[in-house]
Amino acid sequence: MSIDLQSVSTRPGGLSPVAVSRRDQFREWLDLHAGRLFIAPAVTLILLFSIFPTIASLVIAVSRVKLSGEGFRFRFVGLQNFTKLFAGNDQIHFLGRFNEMSVIGWVLIAATVGWCLRWLWRQWRAGFSFIGFVGRLITIFALIGLAVVLAGTALSGNAWGTLGTTMFYVIVGCTVQFGIGLGLAILCSQQIRGKNFFRVVFFIPMMITPLGVGYAFRMVADPTFGPFAPVWQWVGLGTFAWASDPWTARVFIIIGDSWQWIPFIFIVMLAALENVPRDYVEAAQVDGASGTQIFREIVWPAIIPVAATVMLIRAIEAFKIVDLPNIMTSGGPGIATESMTLQALFAWRSNDFGSSASVAYLLLFVTVVLCASFFNFVVLKHIRKDQGT
Amino acid sequence: MSDTPAFRPQAQPGLMQRLFEPPAVGKMAPVTAVFVYVVLAVWTAFVVFPLYWVFITSFKLPQSVSQGPFYLPFVDFQPSLHAWNDLLVKDWEDTLRAFVNSVIIALGATALAVMFGSMAAYGLARIQYRPKFGSIMLFVVILLGGVVAAVMTGLDWKIVFAVAFALFVLLLRAVSRFFVRTLSNGDILFWMISQRILPAIVVIIPVYMMFQSMGLVDTHFGLILAYSVTNLPIVVWLMHDFFAGIPLELEESAQLDGASRLFIFWDIVLPLTRPGLAATTLLTMILCWNEYLLAVFLSTSRAQTMPILVAAMNAGDRGILWWTMCVVIVVMIVPVVLMAVLLQRFIAKGVLTGAVKG
Repeated sequence: MSIDLQSVSTRPGGLSPVAVSRRDQFREWLDLHAGRLFIAPAVTLILLFSIFPTIASLVIAVSRVKLSGEGFRFRFVGLQNFTKLFAGNDQIHFLGRFNEMSVIGWVLIAATVGWCLRWLWRQWRAGFSFIGFVGRLITIFALIGLAVVLAGTALSGNAWGTLGTTMFYVIVGCTVQFGIGLGLAILCSQQIRGKNFFRVVFFIPMMITPLGVGYAFRMVADPTFGPFAPVWQWVGLGTFAWASDPWTARVFIIIGDSWQWIPFIFIVMLAALENVPRDYVEAAQVDGASGTQIFREIVWPAIIPVAATVMLIRAIEAFKIVDLPNIMTSGGPGIATESMTLQALFAWRSNDFGSSASVAYLLLFVTVVLCASFFNFVVLKHIRKDQGT
Repeated sequence: MSDTPAFRPQAQPGLMQRLFEPPAVGKMAPVTAVFVYVVLAVWTAFVVFPLYWVFITSFKLPQSVSQGPFYLPFVDFQPSLHAWNDLLVKDWEDTLRAFVNSVIIALGATALAVMFGSMAAYGLARIQYRPKFGSIMLFVVILLGGVVAAVMTGLDWKIVFAVAFALFVLLLRAVSRFFVRTLSNGDILFWMISQRILPAIVVIIPVYMMFQSMGLVDTHFGLILAYSVTNLPIVVWLMHDFFAGIPLELEESAQLDGASRLFIFWDIVLPLTRPGLAATTLLTMILCWNEYLLAVFLSTSRAQTMPILVAAMNAGDRGILWWTMCVVIVVMIVPVVLMAVLLQRFIAKGVLTGAVKG
């Protein structure tokens, strides 16, 4: 006790040379460095297991890795792993098989370029900033690149590669999931009975392991012993295996993915809808506004910041899709349902670490550019508008 | 003009009108109501059916699966416990090991992520940090140089890192004198949360090699580390909002009484955020429990988790044993569904506050 008192008395000036116990010294040291101590463990973990591996991955992506007796041996090969993906052996695997450009392909490219130019022009008019300009250029580079790949492969009637498949999962999946999720949320926000029941039931799929989802849908969709087999036979598709056709396989994966992720969008959008001030809606109802009018003029502007954020989170996760294609189709038929993560996983399995890391790096690039663009040019805009008014 | 008597009550609305128009402001018309309930019922069926199918398949005999679909236990087919028997009695050692592994790893990773994540979130919500931009750049450059040097020259990792660390400390003062621009708490927070964008596949190969050289592949500790890092951003993001929502006065008065920061955090702030902490813990636990990709890379047999056990059933030469697989999936799903009921309100709130604040 007496030691305690002494230490308290010495603390303000720190002049008294009275011996303080080691424990108190330690305590004082802790308090002095509390700020650092709070943040240090998290920063260390992230540096060790996220930043350091990201840099190391870049090194692996530009080398050829050999598994030798006691460890790994690296040999620098420059951009060889990347050129293989863009122009070499793996071009078909990664980008797809290019064909003579079809008319739709040219239209898509022209539309993308036109839209980008208009966007730049608008920024020029609104006030030029160097960082904004560079950011837009990177976004435009990625967009036009994706448009060319899409136009040259899929839209010209040819097989697409893992890049196209991943983008398909992201764009189609997110759109479908947002539409249905928002629709269900709107229905659930009406004056209905059993609201809590629906809320809980609709939420459950999100928490179920993607692996279980994959196998469950594989069973349900099985054309011989699945529950819909009689229906399939009746329609005349008895011998048709969905997993052997690229399009049905992709659609099934989207259905499985939607089953799992619509709950997330549903639950957040429902909360956003319930946050819309009731008096505005009621006042509009009394004035005789129709349901669509109320939605367009009052509800939608109020929920759009949340909608943008939810879509951002969903898209970030969608880029990483791997479990469902791996389990439902193993990426097949051929490579029709293989996502980029799955391609990297397969490359790793065949001990081709260099290709694996380079595919992973390209995925990182696409994800970061598109998500950062979406965040900067869509999410922030809506949040700012929301706070401005 | 008709000759309706003045006292006649207001004209009764026609049948169509009664069906299609809402009876009162804010109420639904009967047709709309029917439509709403039908859609919700259809969606409920869509959500529940795959789960139901997995559940009944776990009670089917192999021939009840292969001879075409059977829908109702006792009516269509005789349920049997043979798959459960196989898994829980005959091969109970394998199942139990995977289950225990999953529990240990999920609990360990959750504890680590929630502890470190909430500490960082609290620090970022309450204490001003001013890291110098220059020192961060120096750190990255030295790290990159260290990695390249180690890889290209084949030197020992430990030596390279010791040298790199010494170099960093030596140069720190000099660099921070030239580059005075500092970062704010918001930047650090954004940096931490944005780690979630990083696809796991990017980091997993170096982490795999790192673990290989440290002997951490296929150990509980390795998986716990990997899982906790992937979930750290979520914890920081959610807990930051909770901490920021606590009134500052409480902490200020405690500080005036001479309480230290750590004491304030542990004895005052954490108890106040207990509901949020519980929900964050649950969410992290579920994410760890379901994790698949990292487990594929980092666990083979000793630290095999439940998802890997399921996937391993696919690899046998007897084809997929759907019935046993369904048992494992049911075992994996049941605890999670129970937690989901507790969680659903919270998730929405968390994302909502995050979205509104930006």
